[in-house]
Amino acid sequence: MKILVAVKRVIDYNVQVRVKEDGTGVVTDNVKMSTNPPDDNAVEEAVKIKESGKAKEIVAITIGEEKAQETVRKALAVGADRGIHVKVDGVVEPLAVSKILQKIVDKEKPDLVFMGKQAIDDDCNQTGQMLAALLSWPQATFASKINVKESSLEVTREVDEGLETIEVNIPAIVTCDLRLNEPRYASLPNIMKAKKKPLEQINASDLGVDTKARIEQIKVEEPPKRKAGIKVANVSELVQKLKNEAKVI
Amino acid sequence: MSVLLIAEHNNKELRPFTYNAVSAASKIDEDLHILVLGNKSEAVAKSASEIPNVKKVIHVDNEIYENFIAENYTSAIIKHADAYSHIVCSANTFGKNLMPRIAALLDTSQVSDIIKVISADTFLRPIYAGNAFATVKSNDKKKCVTIRPTSFEPAPATGGSAEIVKSDAGEAFKNSKFVKREEIKSDRPELGTARIVISGGRGMQNSENFKLISAIADKLNAAIGASRAAVDAGYITNDHQVGQTGKVVVPDLYIAVGISGAIQHLAGMKESKIIVAINKDGEAPIFSVADYGLEADLFEALPEFLEELNKLNTIQK
Repeated sequence: MKILVAVKRVIDYNVQVRVKEDGTGVVTDNVKMSTNPPDDNAVEEAVKIKESGKAKEIVAITIGEEKAQETVRKALAVGADRGIHVKVDGVVEPLAVSKILQKIVDKEKPDLVFMGKQAIDDDCNQTGQMLAALLSWPQATFASKINVKESSLEVTREVDEGLETIEVNIPAIVTCDLRLNEPRYASLPNIMKAKKKPLEQINASDLGVDTKARIEQIKVEEPPKRKAGIKVANVSELVQKLKNEAKVI
Repeated sequence: MSVLLIAEHNNKELRPFTYNAVSAASKIDEDLHILVLGNKSEAVAKSASEIPNVKKVIHVDNEIYENFIAENYTSAIIKHADAYSHIVCSANTFGKNLMPRIAALLDTSQVSDIIKVISADTFLRPIYAGNAFATVKSNDKKKCVTIRPTSFEPAPATGGSAEIVKSDAGEAFKNSKFVKREEIKSDRPELGTARIVISGGRGMQNSENFKLISAIADKLNAAIGASRAAVDAGYITNDHQVGQTGKVVVPDLYIAVGISGAIQHLAGMKESKIIVAINKDGEAPIFSVADYGLEADLFEALPEFLEELNKLNTIQK
């Protein structure tokens, strides 16, 4: 079995994001970037499946500017076998990303495609479902547990009401939740070894996918600020404030 | 221009967020239709027809819709898509799972999780876990939009009498199968719609200590929330998680106990009307969004809080 894992480079989750003064976006210059957190879970799960003997090859793919390949190198350092970097500059919307991934799936013919359930930059939560639709494959989104069977996956999904379990036939798309597993850290020797693993570069334009944005970003602004609150000295003052000032209890 | 809203329901009744989505959808265009895909779901179609803003209900009843599998929903929705300029649903796990599958087949770039309708093609949506708001304009002919339900008031449930039109099922998708659902039943109000929410974080230290939270929740008729740290640590189940990857809540009163206030948690609660933070670390970021901060050991503060509440006899239900 072959698993394709898609990873995205985003502003690190620990960074306090700042909006640009001209309203064109958020500040990305000199800001720490890293792999989208649930994409790390997707890589980890693929590696675990390979370690259990149920998968033979893991291919990590990213789509983006030159530096995006750092995320593929990281995936290679924790156990992916080879990498693909589809080069494209600027914002690529999930619809275009899923069309690029579709082209790669046609070529690579993986049995499974894993990725995070959502990217923490645009918070779209679309790519996996779109790719599944384009391929007419089943989709298992928000996965918190995956059981690999002979020709299917049993996937537990985190939904608003609790947990839901579905069975999807292979080939399938899985989008991973943060609780699926605990991503491992790359050891220094493995980081060195990863530098020697093959990483193929493809230009998005060579794939014949139109990556032009369909959604116009008119402006980006700071959310309205909350007015500064106060510290109360003790519980009884808190209860009095809630009752008499805020009138919420 | 007409808007098609995909109803979220449990085959017996509409889920509450469908009413919030109706409010948003009717701001896009007044010609609002609801599509109900279910199994033995006549009561749902009837409820939908009673919402005053709704002009027409399309009802498709078939056993393949029993468990709301997105792959089955998609073919039926695509069949009706031609007649509409917008296809919309709630941006909860139901809509997040479903809408992109429709958008891709319609070759539309979806607008996710809108919090405001500016015009029929322009919307406001949070990005970076709510640390920035983006105004976006969709240039696609057909628009697929998901709606953050807590950003819109629920539409009235009764007073209307829209026509209900029956329609045929779409093709069944063979490669996905529902196995089971583990719903956590509770007598408390639902987290997403509760007037008061009290949440615990890693500071609770274990699941047993959440009893301190539930005692206060009982007293205030509040829903119980949790930070991702508390869920990851196994103190409480995932359906309680508030945050970027959990639920977004906008109660009148949000009480954060032993929660430091990571960006991803703040994304799920900072629009609450009144925020209370109880934390022994006076530097915790949660205090920066709190209207009332109490720097105290939660194991002393919570029992005292309950005692003080018991002294009041005017708790609003």
